Amino acid sequence: MMGNIDLTTLNQPVNQKKLSLICFSGDFDKLVATFTLATGAAAVGYEVNIFFTFWGLDAIKTKQGRSFVGKGFLGKLFGFFMGGLKSAPVSRLNFLGLSPKIFRYLMRSKNVATLEELVEAAKALEVNMYACEMAMHILGLEKSDFIHEVKGVLGVTTFLELSEGGRTLFICSNCQSDFSTG
Amino acid sequence: MSTYQLDITKEHCPMTFVKTKIQLSKLQPGDLLEVFLTEGEPLNNVPRSSKEQGYNVLEVSHVEGNIHKVLIQK
Repeated sequence: MMGNIDLTTLNQPVNQKKLSLICFSGDFDKLVATFTLATGAAAVGYEVNIFFTFWGLDAIKTKQGRSFVGKGFLGKLFGFFMGGLKSAPVSRLNFLGLSPKIFRYLMRSKNVATLEELVEAAKALEVNMYACEMAMHILGLEKSDFIHEVKGVLGVTTFLELSEGGRTLFICSNCQSDFSTG
Repeated sequence: MSTYQLDITKEHCPMTFVKTKIQLSKLQPGDLLEVFLTEGEPLNNVPRSSKEQGYNVLEVSHVEGNIHKVLIQK
């Protein structure tokens, strides 16, 4: 599924500076890393692509808190527990969701860009954001569930073509399962 | 031609150059941007990255303490 991707972007010169990030994680700290890399690279002229998949899709949901987003009973249940950008847990020492609040406080008080500010900067710098078609299908999510800056819905082959000639990083989740991370 | 100011003395990576770049993108060609920043990474990075992005770095001057001013022309 191609979404509304401009196919001309697939034929770019290989020497153009390009950074492609596969955001597999919906953890607060991993998302900070993803958007720090994305905004920093975009600011110095890189073409930046972020491919959000599985838990990473939480970051681009329109509804940033806990919401029954998704199709079907299980999809809605997952949507609620996964939440959005504002309910992202930290990957370690989450303390039932207290730690992200502490992190946000620390970041604000130390004048470090918060996750929300980084996402806004990524939008302003026209970072290309894409959603994974397969993960969306599993979770019952639709493109309309995401912020309008998401340029399209991709499969892996299209992402490989988009990332061709640049550097690609995979931002992964923790392997452990933690039901209490909310 | 207008002159604008941007204070990034309290910012940290990556927002130092991110804010500079976003501000520069809003200016008209020929406009000037005075960026106030601190020593270390911002002072090393902002003039260099601005040049790499094709902007003219006209002047880097010391203001006071560890604060410097970088004058950039779009």
